[in-house]
Amino acid sequence: MRYLPHTPEEIASMLSGVGVESLDDLFTTVPADCRRNRDMNLPPAMTEWELSRHAAGLAGANASAAGCLSFAGAGSYEHHVPAAVRAVLGRSEFYTAYTPYQPEMTQGTLQAVYEYQTLISRLTGMDVANASLYDGASSLAEALIMAIRVTRRKRVAVSRAVHPFYRHVVRTYLRPTGYEVLEIPLLEDGTTDLSFLEGLEDLAAAAVQSPNVFGCVEDLEGAADRVHDRGGLLTASFSEPLAFGLLRSPGGLGADIACGEGQSFGMPQSFGGPLLGVFTTREKYVRSVPGRLVGKTVDQEGERGFVLTLATREQHIRREKATSNICTNNSLCALAAAVYLACLGGTGLRKLARLNYDKAEHLKGRLEEAGFKIAFDAPTFNEFVVRVPDGFKRTHDRLLKEGIVAGLELSRWYPELEDHYLFCVTETKSAEDMDRLVREMTS
Amino acid sequence: MSEILGRTGLVLNEPLLWEKGARGRQGFSLPPGDVEQAPIDDALVGEEPDLPDLGELDVVRHFTRLSQWNFGVDTGMYPLGSCTMKYNPKINEDLAALEGFAGAHPLLPEDLCQGSLRLIHELQTFLAEITGMDAVSLQPAAGAQGELAGMLIIHAFHENRGSRRTKIIVPDTAHGTNPASAALCGFRPVPVSSNDEGVLTAGAVAEVMDEETAGVMITNPNTLGLFEKHIREIAGIVHDKGGVVYGDGANMNAVMGIVDAARAGVDVLHLNLHKTFSTPHGGGGPGSGPVCVTRELEPFLPVPRVVKEGERYVLSEDFPLSVGRLHAFYGSFGVMIKAYAYILSMGAENLEKASRLAVLNANYLKERLKDVYELPYDRPCMHECVFTDKRQKGLKVTTLDIVKRLMDYGFHPPTVYFPLVVSGAIMVEPTETESLDEIERFIEAMRSIAREAGENPEILRAAPHKCRLRRLDETAAARRPCLKG
Repeated sequence: MRYLPHTPEEIASMLSGVGVESLDDLFTTVPADCRRNRDMNLPPAMTEWELSRHAAGLAGANASAAGCLSFAGAGSYEHHVPAAVRAVLGRSEFYTAYTPYQPEMTQGTLQAVYEYQTLISRLTGMDVANASLYDGASSLAEALIMAIRVTRRKRVAVSRAVHPFYRHVVRTYLRPTGYEVLEIPLLEDGTTDLSFLEGLEDLAAAAVQSPNVFGCVEDLEGAADRVHDRGGLLTASFSEPLAFGLLRSPGGLGADIACGEGQSFGMPQSFGGPLLGVFTTREKYVRSVPGRLVGKTVDQEGERGFVLTLATREQHIRREKATSNICTNNSLCALAAAVYLACLGGTGLRKLARLNYDKAEHLKGRLEEAGFKIAFDAPTFNEFVVRVPDGFKRTHDRLLKEGIVAGLELSRWYPELEDHYLFCVTETKSAEDMDRLVREMTS
Repeated sequence: MSEILGRTGLVLNEPLLWEKGARGRQGFSLPPGDVEQAPIDDALVGEEPDLPDLGELDVVRHFTRLSQWNFGVDTGMYPLGSCTMKYNPKINEDLAALEGFAGAHPLLPEDLCQGSLRLIHELQTFLAEITGMDAVSLQPAAGAQGELAGMLIIHAFHENRGSRRTKIIVPDTAHGTNPASAALCGFRPVPVSSNDEGVLTAGAVAEVMDEETAGVMITNPNTLGLFEKHIREIAGIVHDKGGVVYGDGANMNAVMGIVDAARAGVDVLHLNLHKTFSTPHGGGGPGSGPVCVTRELEPFLPVPRVVKEGERYVLSEDFPLSVGRLHAFYGSFGVMIKAYAYILSMGAENLEKASRLAVLNANYLKERLKDVYELPYDRPCMHECVFTDKRQKGLKVTTLDIVKRLMDYGFHPPTVYFPLVVSGAIMVEPTETESLDEIERFIEAMRSIAREAGENPEILRAAPHKCRLRRLDETAAARRPCLKG
C-alpha cells in the first residue's frame, strides 16, 4: 500500500529495537474483552484508478451547477470561483499544515488569517473578526451564547426570517441550557416585525438576518434601536455577505455582533459543506469572542509577525469556563475568502454586488411581466420570493427533468407560504438564461 | 543520514495585502453587465468597501510567498501528538473537486443528489463497521462539534428518561474540549485522576459515580498514549448507575481493526476524519467529527439523517427524539469525500496495518529516545508517547527550547505542555506514514538536541535560528491585541 512505507525487513528490525517478537505483541495492553471478535467487513482495497472511476460514477449521479441551470440559493450560492483561488488553496504548505501553534513555522497561515480578519472587519464595518467558525448556523448559535454571557440575561429572540436551518441549530445549541429562544414574527412585506421586541424583559440579544432568508433587506438600524432600548445586543446574521459590497454594512447600522456564512467568497457549494462561519463584534467584547484570534506582534529582533492570541478565552486553557468548546477554525475556508476578496478588491466587489443586484431585479421584472407575483414589497438582494399559480409544482418538476431549477419551494419551512418559491440570481446567470427560465415557466 | 534536513533558503519578504496594489486594479474576471441597471433606494446603499485592489498576479504571488513561510505534512515530519498528522493522499483532493460533488447544491430534490447521499450513507456504514458502533451521523463539522453532539445525545437520553443529571466525569488527562463541551450542555465536570501507571482505575470512577452523574468522558487511547485497560470495568460501574460512556475517538488511529468500542463499553464516540482518516488539516480546518452511537442512543442522533429506502437514499427528519440539527446543511461533505476515498483505497487489511505501524513507529521512537529524555510512564505505548524536559531542566533548558530547536533540524515540533498531568510534556505522534528513514532522522535530531543542551544550551534558548522569524513575542500580542490592519 503506497501510504505505508515500511518494508518487512524494516518492520522486523524495528520490532527487535522495541524488544518484541511481532506486531501483535505491541498490543498486550489491550484487554481481550475490548478487542474485535471478527475482521472488519469493508470493500476490498481499490487502486487509484478504480477509485477514480467509482467516484466519478457517484459524482455523475448528482445534478451539479455546471450540468444544470439553477436558480436555487437559500444559504448555498453559485458564484464564479477564480482559478487563482483554487491554485492558492492547492498549495499543500497551506492545506497540509495544522493550527498554527508554532508561529515560527506557520507565518503563512497566520498572516493570511490576519488578512482575512482585516478584510472581513472592513467589509462588515465591525471592529473585530475572529479566525472563523464552522458555518453561518453555528456562528449564530455562538453569537447568542456570547450575548447571554456578556449581558448575563436569559432570553434571546430570533427573527422568523432567519434561515430556518440556522434557527434550528440555535435551538439545538440552547436546548440543554434552559435559556429561552423566542421567535420574532414576520410582517406582510417579508421583513421582521420589530415591534415584537417592545417591552420584552431579560433580553440578551435579538437576531435579525439581512438580507433575510427571503432576500429581503431588513431595517437593521431600527432593530438596533429597539434591541438597545431593551438592553440587549443586536446580532445581525447573514447568508450572502456579497450584499455588503453594495448595501450598508451591519456595523454601520449598529449591530453588536455580525455573523453568518461566507461560502459565497470563493468556496464551492459542495453539497453544503465545508462552509465558513464569519464572526465579528465590537472591540469591547473581544475577550468574550468564541474561537481563534490571530494578532500582530514582533519577533526577538523586532520583525513583524503573527501569533494566535487571547488564548485565555479558549478551551485548552480555560477548560469548562471557556468562551466556546471550539478548538480550531475553518482556516482553509478563511484563506479562500481572503484570496477571493483580494482578487475582487473594493472596486470589483462593488461592481460584482451591483451586477448581482441588477440581475436579480431583472428576473423579478421579467417574471412580473409574465404574470407572476412578487410576494414581498421589501427591497431584496440576489434572492426574492415569487407567488406561483396553482399547479406550478408540475411545471417545477418538469423543469427539473430538463435540468432547470426554478427556485426552491418554501412551504417545507414556511407552511403559511404555500405556492411560494424562493429564487436566486447571481453573476453566473446571463440575461439569456433568465429569458429561458421565464419562457419555460410560462410554457 | 549525516546531513540534517533544516537549512536556510531563499524566502521572500511580502507585505500585507493592503500595503500593495493600486486603486482600480483588478484580479477577477468580472462578467459584463447584460441587463439594465436597476433603481435602488440610496438609503440602502453603503460606501464602497475599503479593500485593496490588486491584479491576479499580485494576489497569486502574495499568497505563494506566504505559503512558503509555512510547514506542512508535505514539507516534512509533523509529529504533533494527538493530531495524527499523517499523509493526505493527493487523489482524495482530486475526487473532492469533481464537478458533480463540488457543484452540488444541498437543497435539490433527493433524486438529483443520489451520488452525495449514497457516499454519505456508505461512509456512515464504514465508520460503524470500523468502530463497532451501530449508527453514525456525519453532521458534526469538527471534532469539538462531534463532542458537543455526543454531550447533547447524553443530555437528551437522560431527559427522555426523566432523569436530571448535572455532573459528568472527566479524567485529568482529557483534552480541554471535553470539559468545555460538557459545560455547554450544563454538565459540571467532575475530575478524576489517573493512577501511577497513567490510566484510570475503576475504583477512582466508582468513588465519584452517582445517580446525578450523566456519565464519563474517556479518551482511549488516552492523551499519554496509553490504552485505558480498565475501560470495561469502568463502563460497568457507570452503566450500573444509569450513566453513559462517552469515548473521545481522537486517538482512533492506534486501534483500527483491533478494538471494538461497543464491546469495550462505549455508548457514544466521536471520530476526527482529519486525523484517523487522512483528510488534510487545512491549517486548522475544515474538519469533520462524526458521532457514532449504540442502538440504544440512535434515536437521539442529529437530523437530518441519510437513510436508505430500497435502492434510494433519502434525507429524513423523522426522528422525534433527535437532538436536532448541528450544521447549516449536512456537515463537511467535501471532507467526507476524502475520508471515503481513503477507506476505499486502504481496505480493511491496510487500515488495521496502519494502526499497527503507527503503534510500531511510536514504540520504536520511545525506546530510542528514553535514555536521553525523561519518559514518565515507561510502558508500551499506543500511537504516541509522552516525554518531558525533566532531565534538561537542570541545564535551564525547557520543553519550549527543545522543540524550537527541532525546527532548525527541519521538523515540526510535537505537541507541548499537554497533557497537563505531566510537567513540560513533549507528546510525539509519528503516524504510520513516516518511513523508518524519517523516524531515524527525527531520533537523531532529538538526540543531537539533547547533546546540545549539555554542551551549548544557549543555542536552544535562542532557537529557532533558521526560520524566517525568530521567536515571537506572544505576551505582547495578548497584552495589546492588534487583530486587524
